[in-house]
Amino acid sequence: MKMSAITVKDLTKKFGDFTAVNNLSFDIEKGEVFGLLGPNGAGKSTTMAMLSTMLKPSSGQAWVNGYDILRNEDEVRKSIGIVFQDPSLDEELTAYENMDFHARLYRIPKNERQKKITELLKLVELDEKKDNLVKTYSGGMRRRLEIARGLLHEPKVLFLDEPTLGLDPQTRNHLWDYIHRLNQEKGITIILTTHYMEEADKLCHRIAIIDKGQIIALDTSEKLKNDIGGDIITIVSSEKDNLYSVVESLPGINNIEVHDSSITIGLHNAEKHVAQIVNMASESGVPIDSISIHKPTLEDVFLHFTGRTIREEEATGKEQMRMMQRSRK
Amino acid sequence: MDIVYTLWLRSVKRYTRSKSRMVGSLGMPVFLLLVLGFGLNSVVAIPGMEQGYIGFIIPGIISMSVLFTSVFAGIQIIWDKQFGFLKETLVAPVSRLEIMLGQTFGGATTALIQGLMIFVLSLLIGLEISSIPGFLIAIVFMMLIGISFTAFGIAIASRMEDMHGFQLIMNFVIFPIFGLSGALFPIESLPGWVRYLTLLDPLTYGVEGIRYGLLGSSHIDPAICFVILSGFTILMVGFGSYLFRKISI
Ligand SMILES: Nc1ncnc2c1ncn2[C@@H]1O[C@H](COP(=O)(O)OP(=O)(O)OP(=O)(O)O)[C@@H](O)[C@H]1O
Ligand SMILES: [Mg+2]
Repeated sequence: MKMSAITVKDLTKKFGDFTAVNNLSFDIEKGEVFGLLGPNGAGKSTTMAMLSTMLKPSSGQAWVNGYDILRNEDEVRKSIGIVFQDPSLDEELTAYENMDFHARLYRIPKNERQKKITELLKLVELDEKKDNLVKTYSGGMRRRLEIARGLLHEPKVLFLDEPTLGLDPQTRNHLWDYIHRLNQEKGITIILTTHYMEEADKLCHRIAIIDKGQIIALDTSEKLKNDIGGDIITIVSSEKDNLYSVVESLPGINNIEVHDSSITIGLHNAEKHVAQIVNMASESGVPIDSISIHKPTLEDVFLHFTGRTIREEEATGKEQMRMMQRSRK
Repeated sequence: MDIVYTLWLRSVKRYTRSKSRMVGSLGMPVFLLLVLGFGLNSVVAIPGMEQGYIGFIIPGIISMSVLFTSVFAGIQIIWDKQFGFLKETLVAPVSRLEIMLGQTFGGATTALIQGLMIFVLSLLIGLEISSIPGFLIAIVFMMLIGISFTAFGIAIASRMEDMHGFQLIMNFVIFPIFGLSGALFPIESLPGWVRYLTLLDPLTYGVEGIRYGLLGSSHIDPAICFVILSGFTILMVGFGSYLFRKISI
């Protein structure tokens, strides 16, 4: 028996020759909100599927709430609540009936069932529409219902796979508040996946950045950002290689990276160096299209570790598909 | 048992809610009953059948209705797969056998209701049942057909990715099962080799059982029908739960 909420050791999943999850190891403490941040296809959902016993790992081990995911499936299932990335409600039933089905499935005693369902539907503000068929619900309402349902049997660990994908900013904020409160008030351990930097930043105590099935960085958002070296200056230039050799000599630079269309420079007190950089560039006759300074974000952390930006445009495409799927009926 | 009931309740709720499906799936059987029944009633004479050809095919049409409804109810698991609801059930701390049994009984119940609707319609057009115990016997046979073929549908659905294969199954499995069952013609009148096929068709025993129950006479001994159909039902439930256990999403 381990004391952590989740322990993952060398977890690997292969689909044929393709390795979707590659030797993942991490530890989640009780009461922690832990984020898996990564682009499409990084292996986040596959990891969640293995931890929730829906998929057998190819190799490696994991424990959830102290139970082995391979040997103690039933105990693991009792310990967790899960909100899948894709919709998983019965649209032909009402919200209340969906909740009731879940309550019975998790053997919640009859005398508690109704009270708990009402309580949770109130929490996600669906109480008034509880007798409407789910097919008449909006995407945000469905998501809230799924979260309420995942909490019904009072899980020790809550899995949220892209909980706010495809929601408008307002609903998203709303959900963030719920998730935060759940963790604060009930002490539920939460593992969530996302490719929204802001979401990871706002909710998670610690974040694992995952790309191509591997963890490339794992720490608090604060530390991850500090580790890439102070502020960030992004310069767009048509002669970025020349620019690189010009600014390379600048004192106080922590790191400098050349990307597809820009150069990023990590250094402290960036404001003070901008003028100097511009001067150096014009003296050497290197054109500068634009220059900007910002405090590092998780996006920069991702860029730093992978050399790519997290591809949000793909995410948008996928969101649209998801929304289409939801409104298909 | 609670879990089985939970799944059963959901199936029945969904069924009673979709009135259009309920009425829609009556269309074909009622059509056959009226067209074949009244159309051929004066032309076809079946020996020993007091209620004429129409009386003869009523049990067949009831079986057909139960058969189609139950196979369809089983195959609906594919919808659950596609719309994601299946994950909700599979991730719960319950055994797959319980889920499968709940689905099976749910499907069988809807099929039974569908069969009873045809039965009521038949009373309206003049069917006279032989006795109340006979009616109960007919119900038992309807239930057996319902359970076995819902389980069969679940077995198929467990191996299918989407509804594309559905037509194939309907045309090459379900229609032959119906056509060969002696629902529309007496087994005796068939040439030898077709008769063997008929006797291999599990639905034959369902049709004959219902026929015995409703009309008081049948070609095959109802006790034999019961034993064979029960055996088939157990086989199908076993087969269905075996495949459902290995379902992947
Ligand atoms: N059943 C499967 N068979 C084959 N490949 C799979 C299967 N499931 C997932 N994959 C592959 O594994 C990789 C990881 O998929 P996964 O769904 O875990 O990504 P993700 O990080 O959740 O991405 P997203 O942000 O798009 O949800 C993908 O390349 C995907 O194509
Ligand atoms: Mg995913």
